[in-house]
Amino acid sequence: MKARVFVTLKPSVFDPQGRTIVDALHSLGHTRVSDVRQGKYFELDLAVATAAEAEQLTAKVSQTVLANPVIESFRMEVLPDTKAGRS
Amino acid sequence: MTFVVVVFPGSNCDHDAYHAVKHVFDQPTRFVWHKETSLGDADVVILPGGFSHGDYLRTGAIARFSPIMTAVTEFAGAGRPVIGICNGFQVLLECGLLPGAMLRNRDVKFHCEHVTIRVEHTDTPFTARAAKGQVLRVPIAHGEGNYYAPPDVIEALESQRRVVFRYVTPHGEVTDAANPNGSTHNIAGICNETRNVVGLMPHPERAVEAVTGSEDGRVLFESVISGAMAAVSR
Repeated sequence: MKARVFVTLKPSVFDPQGRTIVDALHSLGHTRVSDVRQGKYFELDLAVATAAEAEQLTAKVSQTVLANPVIESFRMEVLPDTKAGRS
Repeated sequence: MTFVVVVFPGSNCDHDAYHAVKHVFDQPTRFVWHKETSLGDADVVILPGGFSHGDYLRTGAIARFSPIMTAVTEFAGAGRPVIGICNGFQVLLECGLLPGAMLRNRDVKFHCEHVTIRVEHTDTPFTARAAKGQVLRVPIAHGEGNYYAPPDVIEALESQRRVVFRYVTPHGEVTDAANPNGSTHNIAGICNETRNVVGLMPHPERAVEAVTGSEDGRVLFESVISGAMAAVSR
């Protein structure tokens, strides 16, 4: 079973890296990029049998380790263990 | 006063802290490895600076799960003095002994320089011998010292007089230019509700001998060694 976790700073929290990147894009002429928020992306391989267990485990590690709930929120996707899912 | 300096893999200011309390202040001092479960006869606990566990995920994020942190949490809960310096402050935030979190410095640069901070409150074990409003010249060395907490938490910190140190000009004025990292309200250090746990980004342990450019950090150690706040903090 695989899972993907996207961790981003909450919208209310200033993102110094995102700001630096959007400034760089503007200086490169990409002025139509109006904002950038940088985040983290995790791919998890899970040794569990069911999608429910995968959901539970992914939520637990995301809440307790991968994201800091004071400043970050996360979104997760559990991928079915099919050929397409293994990619 | 017996000091314990907790050592995480990646701590790199543990020896600075040890040197300050052991050799400069002549106090019994021990290192305690993060896998240990007891603080023994500690009177004061220092969580030192560095890059615990490499800080790869987030600063302090993994250190909070170290076995010794259970003992540190109990020690803090008993009202005994704990100070987190730089990465030690970040660990205190991650483990919830202090509120808030650190963001990258607003200019995304690592700042290694002397700054000036103002002592806002003297009723903590680490500021009892300082004067209210005293300006200290101390070094900082961090990339993630941009203190953030939600507005209601900031309000509570201010109303409960828990902002212990603020970045200021050498004349003691709170200005944006004096803020090296973008911290909310120029916050350089805070304490918990019971005031016995203090975290700060600057390094007082690197400012205890003239040879390193400043002795202004001495007052934090003199304060806790004097035991001036012991009655209040227990």
